[in-house]
Amino acid sequence: MTDGPLFWVLGVSAVVGGVSVFRFDSMARATYALLFSLLCVGGEVMLLGLDYLGVVIVLMMTVEMAVMGVFMIMYMMNPAGLTPMPMLHNRRGATVISLVVLAGLTAGILLVPWPSRRGRPPADATEQLGLSLMGPQMLTMMTLGMALFATIVATVVLATRRGRYDRLGDGLGARHADDPVRGGVGR
Amino acid sequence: MADPGPLWSAALLPALLITAAAATAGLDAVLTAGAARGRAGTVRETASRAAAPVREVVRLLVRQPRRTTAMDVTLLRIGVVLLPTTAVLAAAVLPLGFRAVGDPDIGVVWFNALEALAWAAVWLTGWASNSALALIGGYRFLAQGLAYELPHMFALTTAALGAGSLRVGGVVDAQAGLWFVVWMPVAFVVYLVSAMAMAFWGPFDQPVGRDVSGGAGAELSGADRVLFFGGRWLLLVVAAAVGVPLFLGGGHGPWLPGWAWVLVKTAAVLAVLVRVRHLVPAVRMDRYTEIAWLVLTPLTVLQALVVAVVVLGR
Repeated sequence: MTDGPLFWVLGVSAVVGGVSVFRFDSMARATYALLFSLLCVGGEVMLLGLDYLGVVIVLMMTVEMAVMGVFMIMYMMNPAGLTPMPMLHNRRGATVISLVVLAGLTAGILLVPWPSRRGRPPADATEQLGLSLMGPQMLTMMTLGMALFATIVATVVLATRRGRYDRLGDGLGARHADDPVRGGVGR
Repeated sequence: MADPGPLWSAALLPALLITAAAATAGLDAVLTAGAARGRAGTVRETASRAAAPVREVVRLLVRQPRRTTAMDVTLLRIGVVLLPTTAVLAAAVLPLGFRAVGDPDIGVVWFNALEALAWAAVWLTGWASNSALALIGGYRFLAQGLAYELPHMFALTTAALGAGSLRVGGVVDAQAGLWFVVWMPVAFVVYLVSAMAMAFWGPFDQPVGRDVSGGAGAELSGADRVLFFGGRWLLLVVAAAVGVPLFLGGGHGPWLPGWAWVLVKTAAVLAVLVRVRHLVPAVRMDRYTEIAWLVLTPLTVLQALVVAVVVLGR
């Protein structure tokens, strides 16, 4: 009963948030406009009855945008982030790309034969989701996890200036790592 | 949502939380004054010391507010209002006894998601003030948050795993016989530590620390300051209160009704957290980060493994 109006409120808010990302000239405002838009998307997913996915979108996007905002402002503007900076770059190319993507998505919505619901929704959608991800797709998930983890480690290895040879000497034989700041576990 | 509480409980919740926050702040004020000026001689003096936070709120509300140059007022307001809002919304899944305002299937994740929104609130407040020290405070919270979020999530996961349910009510039901704290002590301790850190409280108060003259909240005055620091107290109360249904059996206990047990247990956890601030000095984050990654995270993973094996063996 309230789902219909709520759908539209969240949908329109998400679009408004997305548009304002490109209207703001402050990186902080743009970042949090994007977060607002993504939170509305999370709300839409919850309206579909997928509570877990919706809340996870809220959780992950919040952390992600918060961390991303920090790095964007740190690297792209003066540290206080007060120099205005337009969010629009490569206007012509971006317009063409976004129009093509929009046309593609709209065509997809209109042309795909959407299946009608068979059976009834499960009593616990979260459990169903877990079973279908972790049951037959377990191998995929584990491969995915390892690939993500390897990417993180590789990124850190590439980004860090001091390697373990710097910390532990040429033979890696030092008893204590030569760190500028000693860690908390007394190594 | 299954079996949500009556509508009036939603109206009651903020009032209850604010009362609890004021009581906690009062206890903290008594301990602070006691440390600075010696024990209070009379009951009247103790009461006067306990009322200090209330006096402070009134003082802030009647004083002329202060503005920094070129502050981003919109973002500041969003940040300052978001902090208490997330705390109250996170408490919506908190069962007082055995009924919560809302008991969704995914209550544990909901609580965690709103805690993460509080990060955004602190950063927004620090950034929007247009002041270097406030900015440093905001940055600190996010940078440090990454070190305590992972053990925190594992601790939450462990409780949900033990109950086989992400519903807070389900976690409480699973503790009818044995409280989770008995067979998940590591998860409980890590939860308490990271709950303090999430509320940037006690040894983890660097985002609003003295070395950056108050950090994220340095430039706040008037109602903004009341909302921000009031929101911090609310967050502390909620973080402590959620530990009760997750690890301390919620409303389960002899003699007293469920809601009374929840209040008693929450008060006990809060008293511990307040005492910790007065007993433990500020943690150096460069040390804590290494402890979090090398000690707490593996320990919580092991704890989750033990719980998983027990659950599978049933």
